[in-house]
Amino acid sequence: MNHTRRNFLKFAGLTAAGLCVASAGSIMAAGAGATEKVSEKALKAKRWAMVIDTKKVGTKEAIDVLAKACHAAHNVPDIPGKQNVKWLWADGFEQAFDQPNNFMDESLEKRQFALLCNHCTNASCVRVCPTQATYKRPDGIVAMDYHRCIGCRYCMAACPFGARSFNFMEPRLHLDLTKLNKEFPTRMRGVVEKCNFCVELLAQGKQPACVEASAGALVFGDLSDPASEVRKVLREHYTIRRKPALGTEPSVYYII
Amino acid sequence: MKLYNGGKIITGLVIFLGIFLTPLAYNAGKAAYTQPKLKMPENEKQCVESKEFMRTQHMQLLNEWRDFALRDGKRVYVNSKGKEFEMSLQKTCMKCHTNKAEFCDKCHNDAAVTPYCWDCHIQPEGLKK
Ligand code: SF4
Ligand code: SF4
Repeated sequence: MNHTRRNFLKFAGLTAAGLCVASAGSIMAAGAGATEKVSEKALKAKRWAMVIDTKKVGTKEAIDVLAKACHAAHNVPDIPGKQNVKWLWADGFEQAFDQPNNFMDESLEKRQFALLCNHCTNASCVRVCPTQATYKRPDGIVAMDYHRCIGCRYCMAACPFGARSFNFMEPRLHLDLTKLNKEFPTRMRGVVEKCNFCVELLAQGKQPACVEASAGALVFGDLSDPASEVRKVLREHYTIRRKPALGTEPSVYYII
Repeated sequence: MKLYNGGKIITGLVIFLGIFLTPLAYNAGKAAYTQPKLKMPENEKQCVESKEFMRTQHMQLLNEWRDFALRDGKRVYVNSKGKEFEMSLQKTCMKCHTNKAEFCDKCHNDAAVTPYCWDCHIQPEGLKK
């Protein structure tokens, strides 16, 4: 064969193309013929939402019961001081709703509110996450893939609700290792975490852990379905959402 | 042909080769590498996919499982034989492979890899302080 530059380039090009095809083949990991599907048991919705009856769970003690259930289900550590990690917690009206009122009625003034991630429709945390570790699922849940979180904390700066916690230290040091939920992972130092609307329980056809522990004070369901339980409760009660003026469109509603 | 500075070059080459070949000398006479003996599950003969597939591709499979489960909400894996599994390291893999030290660690140690699965996922033996 004539060793011309042209022939050399042809050969090099073919080799490169061959390598591409070969490596593309090996990317397909799942065994030949394997498929994936959604479990038949899974609860499905177009937009998950929660309604919290603050008349029924309006004290620190009552909300602690919910927080305990959530934190036990997700191996959330309890760290004394400012570096605590929380998925669900209690706070007063002013902190929750950003609408201070100097002559508020007494019951509201003293009431505590169960606060958690709002799974916002326009979630600012999703927009800023540089690695897409935080992302929006089609059912409205703002989920996290902890494998991808680089701990930049942009999401914490972006979230107007303080719904996110950073693991300043190894969370396992502050967990009771004998009482871990072995069906769920822990996190590691340097990642952000938050409420996940119990997406792993919904996939098994179960209600979120806090809803289960609330004796009916929390209602969970599909906001896009007019016949759903949440829509029924919303029709019958006066509700507000946290900081609606910011336009993130929270999916958590509070009966006042 | 004349080799300038031949003495130095030859000495240098000999020293270089000597150092380069020390690992061979060091391991000479030792038994050849054998695959580690793993503790296999007692009640289950067949993994999610074939043994050969799992041996070489379990890491890619786990990566795909993570993305399917977390991103697409598809948590059921139907393998090439039509059998269904929940895509979950802790709830599926670790239910059969109940001992990380006797299973995962054996090959990972030999291959000198330290996957970070266990920084977050709870090993079946449980955690100790
Ligand atoms: S409450 Fe905060 S963390 Fe949750 S979706 Fe909205 S912006 Fe994101
Ligand atoms: S801290 Fe993690 S989840 Fe938050 S923006 Fe950075 S990478 Fe995304």
